[in-house]
Amino acid sequence: MVTASTLMETRSPAPNLRPTLPAAEAGRPAAPAAPAGQILIDIDHVDFFYGASQALHDINLKVEDKKVTAFIGPSGCGKSTLLRCLNRMNDLIDGTRVARGSIKIRGIDIHRRDVDVIELRKRVGMVFQKSNPFPKSIYENITYGLRLQGVSNKARLDEIVEKSLRGAALWDEVKDRLHASGLGLSGGQQQRLCIARAIAVEPEVILMDEPCSALDPIATAKVEELIHELKTRFTIVIVTHNMQQAARCSDKTAFFYMGRLIEYADTQTIFMNPGNPQTEAYVSGRFG
Amino acid sequence: MTTEPVPEFPAPMKRFFDAELESFRSNLILMGETAASQVRSAIKALVESNTSLADQVIAADDEIDQLEIKIDEEAMRYMNLRAPVASELRLVIVGMKASHDLERVGDEATSIAKRAVRLSAELPLKPYVDIPRMANIALEMLRDALDCFLNGDTEKALAVCRRDAEVDSINKQLYRELTSFMIEKPGTISRAIELMFISKSLERIADHATNIAEEMIYLAKGRDVRHTDEVKKNGGVG
Repeated sequence: MVTASTLMETRSPAPNLRPTLPAAEAGRPAAPAAPAGQILIDIDHVDFFYGASQALHDINLKVEDKKVTAFIGPSGCGKSTLLRCLNRMNDLIDGTRVARGSIKIRGIDIHRRDVDVIELRKRVGMVFQKSNPFPKSIYENITYGLRLQGVSNKARLDEIVEKSLRGAALWDEVKDRLHASGLGLSGGQQQRLCIARAIAVEPEVILMDEPCSALDPIATAKVEELIHELKTRFTIVIVTHNMQQAARCSDKTAFFYMGRLIEYADTQTIFMNPGNPQTEAYVSGRFG
Repeated sequence: MTTEPVPEFPAPMKRFFDAELESFRSNLILMGETAASQVRSAIKALVESNTSLADQVIAADDEIDQLEIKIDEEAMRYMNLRAPVASELRLVIVGMKASHDLERVGDEATSIAKRAVRLSAELPLKPYVDIPRMANIALEMLRDALDCFLNGDTEKALAVCRRDAEVDSINKQLYRELTSFMIEKPGTISRAIELMFISKSLERIADHATNIAEEMIYLAKGRDVRHTDEVKKNGGVG
């Protein structure tokens, strides 16, 4: 049975998580992780506004578990807005609101009153366009969130640091300088450090907002390889302007235009035989 | 271009979709082996009047057809999603063309097998000498063309192209010989026509092997040698 605990409970032991469950539901066993192909995020008839300006119109989209879903579309089409809706990052902007519809993760409406937003963002991590490591050591970048959660055991932290950096394909490059500043890494390494930081808290979903747009082709290839590795453990939603990247990395692709979802299908269909002429014009570079 | 010594370049990065290209290559090799085996069996069925072997060849044609569809699907998917360039792009394009040639080789083998069944009901017109000889040459050409795919030996591929004339010549000789049979003994017409078509099938198989060899030269060197003197004259591919 799906309960609020599904969303809130960690999959690995992480002490000192703030209790966020309604009392009646606490203690119920967490529902098993949905097998690949099952729906993890259900975006249902969502209208979203920045003040009086409507940015998303009646968006219906189901994100599958353990898959990579790409959001593509021209600037201003609403793809990043929708991405930021998925962990309520838009809450940080004054005057924004989901005026209609719901976004459910494992069946739980993320706007429900008893959902802890901090907890939500732990479960739904984010990697941004511009890498943003903290001005701290590589080690501290990874452990920062964990320490906030109250993890203080050195051996445990060491273990998570190594696991996360390995998971982000960065361990071999930085293992001898873990206490050097994260800002001393190359752009590609910094972005992988941010991915390592995101996966350190064992999220279920990783949102990536143009993670490679500032990287050279080699660093981009490394991040793409990483995305392919990570999808065995996480559900990934990626916003990209790079059509080839969407084609290479994603399983499903959604094309947006002017705040509307124009087409959502298997990536191969979108790039081989799109159902909508607007999608075809966009993916073939004949848009506008 | 720089005249300075270039620092050592890192080895090519492994990509998660490399396995797709490997599968594509393996399927093409499998298709080549299957097509060659079909031709070999069809000729054996003819020479030995073995109708059950001929029936097996006819039944197995679908295997090759399915491989062609699979190779096309893999190629389209790879071009669509992986945006290949340079040698990868050549591989995918050449692979699709070669698979079409191999599918036609399979069809010719089936055609030979069907004629072998019909001929088995009658006395042989003459001992089978030239047809097995043609078949051997065509099969060697096919093998050498596919070897070029495996190891990039363009000299071998070039030799395949030049060998095509050998098969054409036997085909013409056989045509003349069978025509004489038909003129002298009209009772041989139906058998002679079957053999003419078999000879023509083998000549077509050699043509497909030649096409594949030319495609493999393009794959290895990036140069299109079709319809050039290069594939007719002696000399290496630059």
